[in-house]
Amino acid sequence: MFGYILQRIFAAIPVMGFVALIVFLLLRLTPGDPAAILAGDAATPAQIALIRTRLGLDDPLYVQFFSWIWGMLRGDFGVSLLSGTPVLQMIASRMEPTISLALTTITLSVLIAVPLGVIAAWKQGTLIDRFVMLLSVVGFSVPVFVIGYVMISFFAMELRWFPVQGFRSITDGLQPFLERITLPTLTLTLLYVALIARITRTSMLEILGEDYIRTAHAKGLSETRVLMRHALRNCSVPIITVIGIGFALIISGVVVTESVFNLPGLGRLTVDAVLARDYPVIQAVILLASLVYVVVNLLIDIAYVVLDPRIRYQ
Amino acid sequence: MNKPVLDIRGLRIALDGRADQELVKGLDLTIQPGETMCLVGESGSGKSITALAVMGLLPKALKMTAGRIELLGETIHNAPAPKLRKLRTTAMSMIFQEPMTALNPVAKVGRQIDEVLEAHSNLGAKERKRRVLEMMESVHLPEVERIYRSYPHQLSGGQRQRIMIAMALIMQPQLLIADEPTTALDVTTQAQTLSLLRELREKQGTAVLFITHDMGVVADIADDVTVMKLGEVMEAQPTEQLLRHPRTDYTRELLKAVPSHVPRPPRADDNAPVVLQTQALTKVYSQGGWLVKTRETVAAKEVAFTLRKGRTLGIVGESGSGKTTVARCIMRLIDPTSGTIEIDGTDIATLPPRELKPHRRKFQIVFQDPMRSLNPRIEVGQSIIEGPLNFGVPRKQAMARARELMTLVDLPASAVDRFPHQFSGGQRQRIAIARALAMDPEVLVADEAVSALDVSVQAQVLRLMADLQAKLGLGILFITHDLGVAAQICDDVIVMQHGVIVEYGPAGEVLATPQHPYTKALIEAAPGRHWDFANFRPFSESRQDA
Amino acid sequence: MTDTAIPIDRGDRPSTLRKIGEVVVSSPMVMLAAVLLAIIVLASIFAPWIVPHDPGRLSPSVRLRGPDSTFWIGTDAFGRDLFSRVVMGGQISLAVGVGAAIVSVAAGLALGLLAGYIRWLDAILMRFVDGLMAIPNILLAIAIVSLWGAGLWTVLIAITIPEIPRVVRLVRSVVLSAREEPYVEAAIAAGSSSWLIMRRHLLPNTVAPLIVQGTYICASAILVEAILSFLGAGINPETPSWGNIMAEGRLFFQINPGIILWPGLVVSVTILSINLLGDAVRDALDPRMAKRGIDR
Repeated sequence: MFGYILQRIFAAIPVMGFVALIVFLLLRLTPGDPAAILAGDAATPAQIALIRTRLGLDDPLYVQFFSWIWGMLRGDFGVSLLSGTPVLQMIASRMEPTISLALTTITLSVLIAVPLGVIAAWKQGTLIDRFVMLLSVVGFSVPVFVIGYVMISFFAMELRWFPVQGFRSITDGLQPFLERITLPTLTLTLLYVALIARITRTSMLEILGEDYIRTAHAKGLSETRVLMRHALRNCSVPIITVIGIGFALIISGVVVTESVFNLPGLGRLTVDAVLARDYPVIQAVILLASLVYVVVNLLIDIAYVVLDPRIRYQ
Repeated sequence: MNKPVLDIRGLRIALDGRADQELVKGLDLTIQPGETMCLVGESGSGKSITALAVMGLLPKALKMTAGRIELLGETIHNAPAPKLRKLRTTAMSMIFQEPMTALNPVAKVGRQIDEVLEAHSNLGAKERKRRVLEMMESVHLPEVERIYRSYPHQLSGGQRQRIMIAMALIMQPQLLIADEPTTALDVTTQAQTLSLLRELREKQGTAVLFITHDMGVVADIADDVTVMKLGEVMEAQPTEQLLRHPRTDYTRELLKAVPSHVPRPPRADDNAPVVLQTQALTKVYSQGGWLVKTRETVAAKEVAFTLRKGRTLGIVGESGSGKTTVARCIMRLIDPTSGTIEIDGTDIATLPPRELKPHRRKFQIVFQDPMRSLNPRIEVGQSIIEGPLNFGVPRKQAMARARELMTLVDLPASAVDRFPHQFSGGQRQRIAIARALAMDPEVLVADEAVSALDVSVQAQVLRLMADLQAKLGLGILFITHDLGVAAQICDDVIVMQHGVIVEYGPAGEVLATPQHPYTKALIEAAPGRHWDFANFRPFSESRQDA
Repeated sequence: MTDTAIPIDRGDRPSTLRKIGEVVVSSPMVMLAAVLLAIIVLASIFAPWIVPHDPGRLSPSVRLRGPDSTFWIGTDAFGRDLFSRVVMGGQISLAVGVGAAIVSVAAGLALGLLAGYIRWLDAILMRFVDGLMAIPNILLAIAIVSLWGAGLWTVLIAITIPEIPRVVRLVRSVVLSAREEPYVEAAIAAGSSSWLIMRRHLLPNTVAPLIVQGTYICASAILVEAILSFLGAGINPETPSWGNIMAEGRLFFQINPGIILWPGLVVSVTILSINLLGDAVRDALDPRMAKRGIDR
């Protein structure tokens, strides 16, 4: 078991290494002088030279790569080209709205999607199954920001239930926090529910066709017991797997949703950095997002140990 | 007379309830208390579907269209779901073919048995556990406390089936339905499981509906036999009556096709040239890598044998014996760890691919699974000529040869243009043989080549292989788990256990007067070995004749 | 008892196209999707002849109008006719979708075959693929666009690259499982070269899953194009695309929500139709495919 966990942890390290390499090469492989590109069209030669020294662009590539990695390992993610503020500090100040939105979304989605998927599989071919399937295709097909604007125009502008945009910290009180986080959460939830409900249904269907489900019926157990005790338990592995994979989707979705609802989170930070070509910020955010993704999936790999005895006793 | 335990009258089951898609066509069946009834048939006979119908577990697509099923005098085929649930395990239980997939992989086996008591009794947790452990002991599981807490993947196949049996019988039902319960097990485990079923039946007085395709098992366990073919009952008789005096041609043919465990008369050892010889052939699999400790599994150790032109060498053994590993090493589908493989005088064990290619022509293989051994996307003729084309035979000539080969394996020459799905399993296995022969090999490796076939088809393919060998002088390496098949086709036999050869000699000696205890155990365990099916009498009587 | 007679089943395997056709016709929902998609595609192809107004002409006097008889779905902040812009925008959006699908399937197929066939390359390539998959696709795409500039080609590349890993994984898994098939081992035993085995026995197995995956990528690419434009990292608004029309409507959403909602409707219907067709094709070609992880 510990062998398995160690193996997973060590497997995650090269993945992060490749992420870093990709992010690193992205700038260096850009045709032309990266410093000139980052400085923009109106830059003076002095400004370009400053950027070049700040990013160490004159060193050989491998020196640049390793000194960059070494810096990050010591907590030095560089400084913003725009404001000169340390990137880490900028990221830290934007964490709260993003984490709030991600957590509310995941919680709500799982609470909605898993029962929906289970019911759809259980009642395969019925009206409710078709409804869930349609909902999941729609969730995939409508751009997140369109959903967001529909929410705003209906709930905020038409019904005036919620403020249109903005964010308040949960430390300012639960009500103002909820008022502003509800619409973004609902927006992003539709996307995530689509993903999870669909996979839950597929895995559930597969498991309901397994021999041990037939055995459970042959034992004279009730429908709900077969479903809860035997099917759902086995279904937990594919469900949490997709929650992990869907994390990438959430991160992308957060970037868009924050722009729609004007939440001052990491997503907004990224978009602003992209528009200003503030590359140190861009690469730090990408690395951070990927790190979160890799760690979440690592935790899920480790959760398999709890959920699946075949892995536990490997 | 007592009320029968199970009484089925005029049972009809159809796909989607359509009359033109009937899978069971008017089945009658009666089982008396304490009786063991075997339901025998080849694939597609409808025997398993019948069992599921009794349990009320038919898949959604299948509908019972007519008939009546009575359990202990009560009509159950139209009983509401809650009532059926109540009857399951208390009045009727079922065990399945594949004990690995029939148990929930993420639940402890003890709890899975316990669940039956939970659902059907009012006992407290402590009492339930006591009963479960008791039941586990009565199916002869060792260390019941430990096994109670084990997961299915930690148990052996035989132990898993014992768990299934414990689960099925803990409420002491009147009827046990066993759907090919020993087919997935090795022969020694099968024998133990069958004797356990016999013992429990005597102790509990349970009637058994035993579904099987294996006449050997029938001879060993059944009181009465019902023979089915394509959804229809061919005949039903007491076991000995049926084995001695089958009423229908179908049953007669079925019995004749059962390979006898008495080795066929040996062929003269004519010192023909050696076509295949291995020395100290060893395959070690190592798992893990840096971080995780390396685990080494010796799949085959120091295997040495000689195969001569025109003769058949059998390798028999149970799963995990290493027999298939040896076959795959010889075909160079996997690389042996050490040792030599001489084909026609050249050691091919370590040849790199480029140098190996010219030798490939000389040794060919036929696999077990007829569904997967031909590429479903290309015409069978194209599959047959692929090899010859690789060796520079002109396409036209190769195609003409392919047609010849089709006739040689008793298929029409024109069938080369058809796709694999248009053939039955046995036909595909013939085509696979034709494909192997297209290379004019000197050695043919048959890796469980008839194991997936129904017994009547199996007999035909075996006959075909013998004919071809006589015509073409092939040396055949025949891998099988079935001692009967080995006895019928092999000149010499190797018995393997845990990767090692434990006995090697002429088939007549090894199978008739085995020396090694493992060989003895294997032969002892073969079901129905006392019965001479082809001559409709027990061997004891045959010997008196002679 | 004899096994020599050829069975009655003489039917040929129905062709892939016919199977797809049958499924499309069998469900009214899929049928509707096919019809809607056909209309949208045709309208985009013939856009220059269909549009009622010049999509680029600025008319400050009619800024931000609601729908009326001249401007069927209103005008944008520069007084340009929204309907004409949406119809023209389909050209770019659909081209991006189809282009991304073709390029990523081609690249993923090549890499996946290599990974499935060459052991040492597999180890490196799959780590790289894992790394690429760990980067959320929108972030990777906007980073590429911000560095390389916002042209049509950059956007296409930025959308395509994050899609490739999934195709690689798919092809690789199909190849790895097909390699275990006895018929492939029989081909090895028959002395067939790796190239022949790949072309004849392995490649055909990837066709059906790739068609399905391709439709999903097409849908996803149209979506990502819209998102990129919306975030300001898309194609220059001179050439209208569904994404940048909506992006321009952001500031004026409270005045004329139609600038976002109308193109949003068209994008959604388009993607929905493609996804529904993709699901139908998947069901038609191989019901088991869903189990092999071809799901988004």
